Amino acid sequence: MVSRLVDDRSRAAIAASIERRRVDTRGLLFKVVLQSCLLVTLALLAVLLVTVALDSTDQLGTRLWDFLQGTLRSRSSDESLGIHQGMYGSLWIAVIVAVLAFPIGIGAAVYLEEYAPRNRLTAFIEVNIRNLAGVPSVVYGLLGLALLLNGQIFGLDRLTGGSSALSGGITLAILVLPIVIITSGEAFRAVPMELREGAYGVGATRWEMIRTQVLPYAAPGILTGTLLSMARAVGEAAPLILVGAVTGRLGENPGLFDIGALDDRFTALPIVITSWTVQSGRDDGFTAAAAAAIVVLLVFVLMMNSAAILLRNRFEKKRG
Amino acid sequence: MHSEPVTVDQLQIAPARRHREVIIRYSLVVTALVSVLVSTLIVWSLLREAWTFITGVVWADTWGQQGWFPRRGLYDLPTIIVPSLIITGVAMVVAGPLGLGAAVYLSEYANPRVRSWLKPALEILAGIPSVVLGFFALTWIAPNIVGRIGKETFLVVGAALLLGYAAVSAGIARAKIRQYREGAIDPSARIGAVASIAVLVVVFALAAAWTLNVWLDFAPNNAGSLAAAGIGVGILVIPLVASISEDAMAAVPDSLREASAGLGARKMSTATAVVLPAAISGIVAAFIVAVSRAIGETMVVFMAAGAADAARFTDSPFEGGLTMTAAMASLASGTDSVVGEGLTFQSLYFVGLMLFLITLSLNIIASRFVSKVREAY
Repeated sequence: MVSRLVDDRSRAAIAASIERRRVDTRGLLFKVVLQSCLLVTLALLAVLLVTVALDSTDQLGTRLWDFLQGTLRSRSSDESLGIHQGMYGSLWIAVIVAVLAFPIGIGAAVYLEEYAPRNRLTAFIEVNIRNLAGVPSVVYGLLGLALLLNGQIFGLDRLTGGSSALSGGITLAILVLPIVIITSGEAFRAVPMELREGAYGVGATRWEMIRTQVLPYAAPGILTGTLLSMARAVGEAAPLILVGAVTGRLGENPGLFDIGALDDRFTALPIVITSWTVQSGRDDGFTAAAAAAIVVLLVFVLMMNSAAILLRNRFEKKRG
Repeated sequence: MHSEPVTVDQLQIAPARRHREVIIRYSLVVTALVSVLVSTLIVWSLLREAWTFITGVVWADTWGQQGWFPRRGLYDLPTIIVPSLIITGVAMVVAGPLGLGAAVYLSEYANPRVRSWLKPALEILAGIPSVVLGFFALTWIAPNIVGRIGKETFLVVGAALLLGYAAVSAGIARAKIRQYREGAIDPSARIGAVASIAVLVVVFALAAAWTLNVWLDFAPNNAGSLAAAGIGVGILVIPLVASISEDAMAAVPDSLREASAGLGARKMSTATAVVLPAAISGIVAAFIVAVSRAIGETMVVFMAAGAADAARFTDSPFEGGLTMTAAMASLASGTDSVVGEGLTFQSLYFVGLMLFLITLSLNIIASRFVSKVREAY
C-alpha cells in the first residue's frame, strides 16, 4: 500500500515534469545579463553623445558661425574664440593622408594579394604589417619626431619645416598605412577567382586583369577601408602632440585652402579639444568650447564611419 | 596546306605592354616594402635614442625616487609603470565582462534583425576618437561615477572581483591537479603547471593587499583620476573585445551547437559549456589585444588621469597619476621641441621603447591564440 502510494506520486511527478513547461530561470537570467552588457555599453555611448551635445549648446547654439571662424584664445569668454586653425590642420592632415597612405597602402595590398609569391619574404612582410597595426599611436609620434622634426634620418626636417601640418600629416599617413593595406587586402581576397581566370582567358596581362576586374570588384571594400582609416587619422591626437602640435603662438589665421601655411606651426581639432578639456579645470567655459569642438569633429568622423559601415553592409548583402 | 611555323615573337605580347607590366610590378613591390621601411625606422629611431638613455642614466635612481620629473633629471620608473597597470586593470574590469557579454549575446542569442542594428552601433562606438572619451572621462565619468564611489562600494566591488578571480583560479588549479593525478601532464610540463598555479596565487595575494591598502587610504575624488581614465579606456576597448570574441565564436561550427542541442542542452548550457570553451583561444586573444591597446592608449589618460600636477608615485586608482603614455605626451605637449637637462629627450624614446616591446609581445602572443582557433576549425 505504502509502496504503491510512493509509486503513484513519483509517477505523477514524472508526468507533471514532462507535461508542464517549466521556466528555465537560470537560462533567462543568463540572457538578461548578456542583454544588459549590451545595454550598458549602448547606454554609455548614448550618455556620451548627449553629454557632449548638451555641453556644446553654449557655443554652437549661440555663435556657431563665429565659433567655426574664430581662433584659439586664452580665455573662454573671448569673442573670437573658435576652431578655425584646428579645422585647417585637420583638413590638410586628411588631404596628406589621402595622398600618401591610400596609393601606397592599396599598392602594397595589390602586390601582396595578386603578385607576391608565397614565400618567407611575403610572410614576413604580412606579419610585419599586422604588427605595425598594433603599435600604439604615440610611438608613431616618436618616429615622426625623429624623422621629420629632428631630421636624424635623411634630413627630412628641411622639407617639412619641422613641426608643421605637413609633419603631422606624414606621421598620420604612416600610422594608417597598415590599416589601409589590411582592409584593401581583405577586399582583394573577396574577389572570385573566376573573374581573374576569365580575364586571363581573353588574353589580359596580370595588370590588365587587376585593373579591369579586381580593382572594380574590390572598390567598395577598398573605399570602406580608406574611409575608416581617414576617420582614424582625423581623430588621432597622440602622435600630433609628439610632433609638436601646439595651441599657442600660432601664426596668422590661414585661409582654409592656403597651402603656404603647411610648413608653419600647426594645430588640429583633436589637439584643440585636448587643450580646452585640460584648461576646463581653471576656466569652466572651456568645457562648452571643448564639447562644441567635439561635435564638429564627431560630425566628420561619424559621417565617414557610417558611410563605411553602410557601404560594406550594402555590398555584403548584394553579393551574399 | 603548309603554314609558317609559329615564332616566339608572335606568342609574346607587344614590348610596350610587357614593359608596362614590369614597371607596374616593381612600383608595387616598392609600395609593399614601404611598410618594412617604416618598421625599420621605428625600431632604429627608438633604439638609437633609448640606447643613449640606457647607457647614460644612473640606474639606481630609476627606482624609489620621489617621482617622474624628466625635466629635472628624475626618472622613477615605478611612477609611470604602476599607473599604467592600474589603468589597464580598471579598463579590463569594465571592458572584459561588457565586451564578452555583448559578444555572446550577439553571437548566440540575437536574431539577424537585432544584430543588424546592434553591430553598427558597436562600430560607431569603436570609431569615436579617444580625445572624445578623454573629455567624457574627465567631465562625466569622474564626477558621476568615480566621485560617487564610496569607501563601502569600493570594498564590495573589490571583494567581489577578488572572489571571482579566486573562484576562476581555483577552478584552473583543480583541473591542473586532477590532470596531474591522472598522469595527463607531461613530466616536462609539470614545472609549467606548478608555476602557473604559483603565479595565480601571487597575483591574488598582490591584488588583495593592494585592494586593502587602497581601501584604508580611501579618499574620494571627482576630478581626474586613474579610475576615471581607466573607465574611459575601458569603454574605448569594449568594441575591440566584443568584435574579436564574436569572430571567435562565429568560427565555432554550428554542428557543435546542434550536437549539444541534440543531447538536450539548453541554450545557456550550449553557450557556456560548448561554444565558449571551443572559442576560448580567440577570447583570450581578444583580451590580450585589449590589454595591449589599453596600455598604449594615450589621450584618455593624458586628459583624464589628473596627471598635470601628479608626477609623484601613486598606487591608488582614486588619485591622479602618470602612465607611460601620458608621461610621453606631457613631456612633448605645449612645445615644439622637447627640452630639459641631460637625458630628457632620450627618456621619451626609452619609455617609447618599453611601450613598443610590451605591446609587440602582447600582439604576437594574441596572434598565436588567434591562429589556434583557425587551426581548430
